[in-house]
Amino acid sequence: MESLSNKRKVLEVKPLNFLERAYLPAIAGGLITTMKHFFRKPVTISYPEEKREFSENFRGMHSLKRDEDGKERCTACGLCALSCPAEAITMTAAERQKGEEHLYREEKYAAVYEINMLRCIFCGLCEEACPKEAIYLDGDIVPADYLRKDFIYGKDKLVEAPLNQ
Amino acid sequence: MGLVDIAFKFGLILIIFLISLVVAMYSTYAERKIAAFFQDRIGPNRAGPFGLLQPLADGAKMFLKEEIIPTNATPFLFIVGPSLAILTACIGSAVIPWGQQITIGGHIVDLQVTDINVGVLYIFGVVSLGVYGVMIGGWASNNKYSLLGAIRAASQNISYEISMGLSIIALLMLTGTLSLREIAEQQHGWNWNILRQPLGFLIFIVCAFAETNRTPFDLPECETELVGGYHTEYSSMKLGFYLFAEYINMFISSAVMATLYWGGYNYPGMDWMLAHTGPTIAPIIGVVVLFAKTFLFIFFFMWVRWTIPRFRYDQLMDLGWKILIPLAIANIVLTGIVSATLTHFGY
Repeated sequence: MESLSNKRKVLEVKPLNFLERAYLPAIAGGLITTMKHFFRKPVTISYPEEKREFSENFRGMHSLKRDEDGKERCTACGLCALSCPAEAITMTAAERQKGEEHLYREEKYAAVYEINMLRCIFCGLCEEACPKEAIYLDGDIVPADYLRKDFIYGKDKLVEAPLNQ
Repeated sequence: MGLVDIAFKFGLILIIFLISLVVAMYSTYAERKIAAFFQDRIGPNRAGPFGLLQPLADGAKMFLKEEIIPTNATPFLFIVGPSLAILTACIGSAVIPWGQQITIGGHIVDLQVTDINVGVLYIFGVVSLGVYGVMIGGWASNNKYSLLGAIRAASQNISYEISMGLSIIALLMLTGTLSLREIAEQQHGWNWNILRQPLGFLIFIVCAFAETNRTPFDLPECETELVGGYHTEYSSMKLGFYLFAEYINMFISSAVMATLYWGGYNYPGMDWMLAHTGPTIAPIIGVVVLFAKTFLFIFFFMWVRWTIPRFRYDQLMDLGWKILIPLAIANIVLTGIVSATLTHFGY
């Protein structure tokens, strides 16, 4: 059959000549190749001490942002939880009381905000869904742990540190 | 032989024993480090500076691990296997001349444990005993993989011992002696045997790779198909002994190769050195030279290991029986013709 792409190439298997069958020239060639690598700079990054630079659009651990006055931006609308394809986010909303204006920007805030890091697939859809620019996946790699329950991150781990500290 | 000589002899035995153990220990470290460099990595660097304490950590781990003897194994032979392997590996160093005679405080000491007149044969005997450790261990494990590894080790060693012996015969035709001391003395200065026996050395080093079960002839271990071969069932220090024996064998065969073909402790300008530094320092420099050659060979063993993939079993047998043995016989004939011709014309 005529080939459509014309890229087909018929390879011919030639019998090895004497030098190729004698192993030694090929072995010498191999030894030279490995010796070149011997003096090459290692590509290893010694991880805990050095870290590879993340790319600009790297998506790591989530952080809940504060505004310029240090108030929490999240208003517990639940759009992030709704957009999450892995159903990793849960939250409980609460009403802002008098005297808490310096803590929360909107009248409604998230009293509990939990992300299950074992469920999260770091797709960034919560980031896109958020109307308040309150959640970003701009953190580090999520660290390892021993127990499943320890991977459910609450507000203590997610919320940014207050401004004046 | 006076009491002082006996004391020196004992000291020498102890030192050589310790040196072979330490060299074997640090060969494991060197192997991992060199493998890393060949693969653009760093290698072990956590235990101590540059990871230098890694062998100690490995040793401690080996000793502390659980000792397992499988239910269906033969317990006595299961223990005899690794013991025999390490024993035969250690006694090979007895006939290697590590240096010229050295004068320490008026005493003349041989830097060789014993100079028997059949030194080369002794080495061969010890090497061929070494395979018993592997065979007994593989058989006693009562495991298919172990048995296959043991069978492979046995047939491989038998096949390659023949061509190794034949390659040595050509060398012995030139030296006229089996004593390693005399062979070393004949290579005084630049007069190394490699210049007269290049083909013989090539055959010898290929066989040495096979005898020490190193890549590309590591079919007895063969992780990818035999799960570790003869030491599949071994754990803790018994496994450690097998691995250790391999490294000691490598050290000894490197030393033997250096002595037989690469001049041993001889180096160009050694007479000048002897005249200028005296009979105590000069032999020590010779020992250093021998060790440098030995370490170069160990490096070469490792270099080859991280370059060449393993042979297939039929290729191994083809190489041993159809190529190396005829080549070794041709080498004998060639050596005979050339040396007879040279003698005829009065060289």
